[in-house]
Amino acid sequence: MAGAALPRRLNWLIAKAADIAEETDRVRTVVLDCPGWTGHLPGQHIDIRLTAEDGYQAQRSYSISAPDDGEQVVITVELVDGGEISPFLIEDLRVGDQIEIRGPIGGYFVWEPSRGGPLQLIGGGSGVAPLMAMLRARVRTGSDVPVRYLSSARSFDDLIYREELESISSGAEDVEVLHTLTRSQPPNWRGLAGRVDRVVLARNVWPAFTRPLCYVCGPTGFVETVATTLVALGHQPRRIKTERFGPSN
Amino acid sequence: MSFITRGFRGRRELDVPPDRVPPGQYVTSDFPVLSAGPTPRIPLEQWRFTITDPLRSERSWNWDEFMALPIETVTVDIHCVTKWSKLDTSWEGVSLDTLLADFPDHASGHGLFQSYGGYTTNLPIEDITGGKAWIAFKYDGQPLDPEHGGPARLLVPHLYFWKSAKWVKGVTLSDSDRPGFWESYGYHNYGDPWREQRYQGD
Amino acid sequence: MDNERHVDGNALAGVFHEVFGREMTRECGCCSQCGAASQLGAVWVYRAAGDVLRCPSCESVLMVIVPDASGMRVSFESMRWVHIRLSHSRD
Repeated sequence: MAGAALPRRLNWLIAKAADIAEETDRVRTVVLDCPGWTGHLPGQHIDIRLTAEDGYQAQRSYSISAPDDGEQVVITVELVDGGEISPFLIEDLRVGDQIEIRGPIGGYFVWEPSRGGPLQLIGGGSGVAPLMAMLRARVRTGSDVPVRYLSSARSFDDLIYREELESISSGAEDVEVLHTLTRSQPPNWRGLAGRVDRVVLARNVWPAFTRPLCYVCGPTGFVETVATTLVALGHQPRRIKTERFGPSN
Repeated sequence: MSFITRGFRGRRELDVPPDRVPPGQYVTSDFPVLSAGPTPRIPLEQWRFTITDPLRSERSWNWDEFMALPIETVTVDIHCVTKWSKLDTSWEGVSLDTLLADFPDHASGHGLFQSYGGYTTNLPIEDITGGKAWIAFKYDGQPLDPEHGGPARLLVPHLYFWKSAKWVKGVTLSDSDRPGFWESYGYHNYGDPWREQRYQGD
Repeated sequence: MDNERHVDGNALAGVFHEVFGREMTRECGCCSQCGAASQLGAVWVYRAAGDVLRCPSCESVLMVIVPDASGMRVSFESMRWVHIRLSHSRD
């Protein structure tokens, strides 16, 4: 079959931590240098595999939070209490350390500017990671797709990428950023308070008649509530893509 | 040989006597919830437990009838095939010896347990009699949470915990052995944690 | 349906690579129980003693993937077909 692409083997690669930045007290952004990386699309993820000296292995998936950039793979990791891998990445990983990764994988949860919009991004907690890759891609390519970004966090200090998002929305036309804080709000807070519910979505998400492409990512309960409500508000299910984190056992 | 990750130590092991821990297991203080499908929600007034024998005769209990049976409190260790073990777990339930008392002819046969939601698991009758198995409806003194199999689940602690079917609704007795859900997809037909019988062919 | 414990098929993107040898999350599978076709990235995945992939339309078991000592056993329970696109696209 002339011209057909051969399946690409997915191999484990050795990546080196080039930079570790603190986003919040429980969240780090790790920049990985990965020789052999073939590039990725916004929204895709990697699998990370850790092996202890006694042979014990653990493997988890992490969304890539920045768009394609040579051999650099950026992930944003939230500490999960009792987790298999996040405690190592948050507490033990040092610049220069090497870890095994494979990817990019997950072509289902991808948005590229060529797909158009309007684009609706809704993230709970560290669920904003793949959404940030999409938003950063939109900005970097100079795309004019209108974007609404809604994130939910417990408190002001738990907001991830807050300053960059402020700078993006003030610098770009047609990018609106909205945060809701569910447990506590600082004085003079001008964002939303409380959980994302039907009222919040009805008021702040692109209306269904605009036929937005919706990407929802975060803990399972959050995604379930948001996705179900979007459908109830008239959005077409096939224009809603979800990425549930699932229970952290 | 896999790439070893500097500084990664795997699970922090709890300090426990090794003779309580089957090979390949680690002890946890959590109680992980693992399900093959959605959690069924069964109102107690609709709950039944039914034993069906090979001739298709049935014996059924509703919740009130079930609560009127002799109830035992047991403290047991449980071992999940996904490698976690939990020691000294406390349950209240009705012994399968009580329930199977009217079915003495099938002591050498097999039981296929069925659950609300469609889950199944198979066991030899001799592994659920003689004080080895219960239909448990309380865990740690509290009514069993739906996530953990409530209103009632099978409890067979001497085998891997996938045999302790959540949301149990009955058992079909038979001379022949039919594999249940995990058994038919690749897990071991019997599942003895002390012989590490995890997978088909072990 | 509160506190539902499944993830999306996209979480198995790496496993699909191991099974099918390529990116599969955008490929469609058909449920033999209800006839619905879904992208594999959108199926419901219950991660328990193995991974149970369920049809998002009728909850029937499409596939079950069980690890063992040497690899994994892949069962196609109610997956009538999987469609695989061959193209120039990168993923």
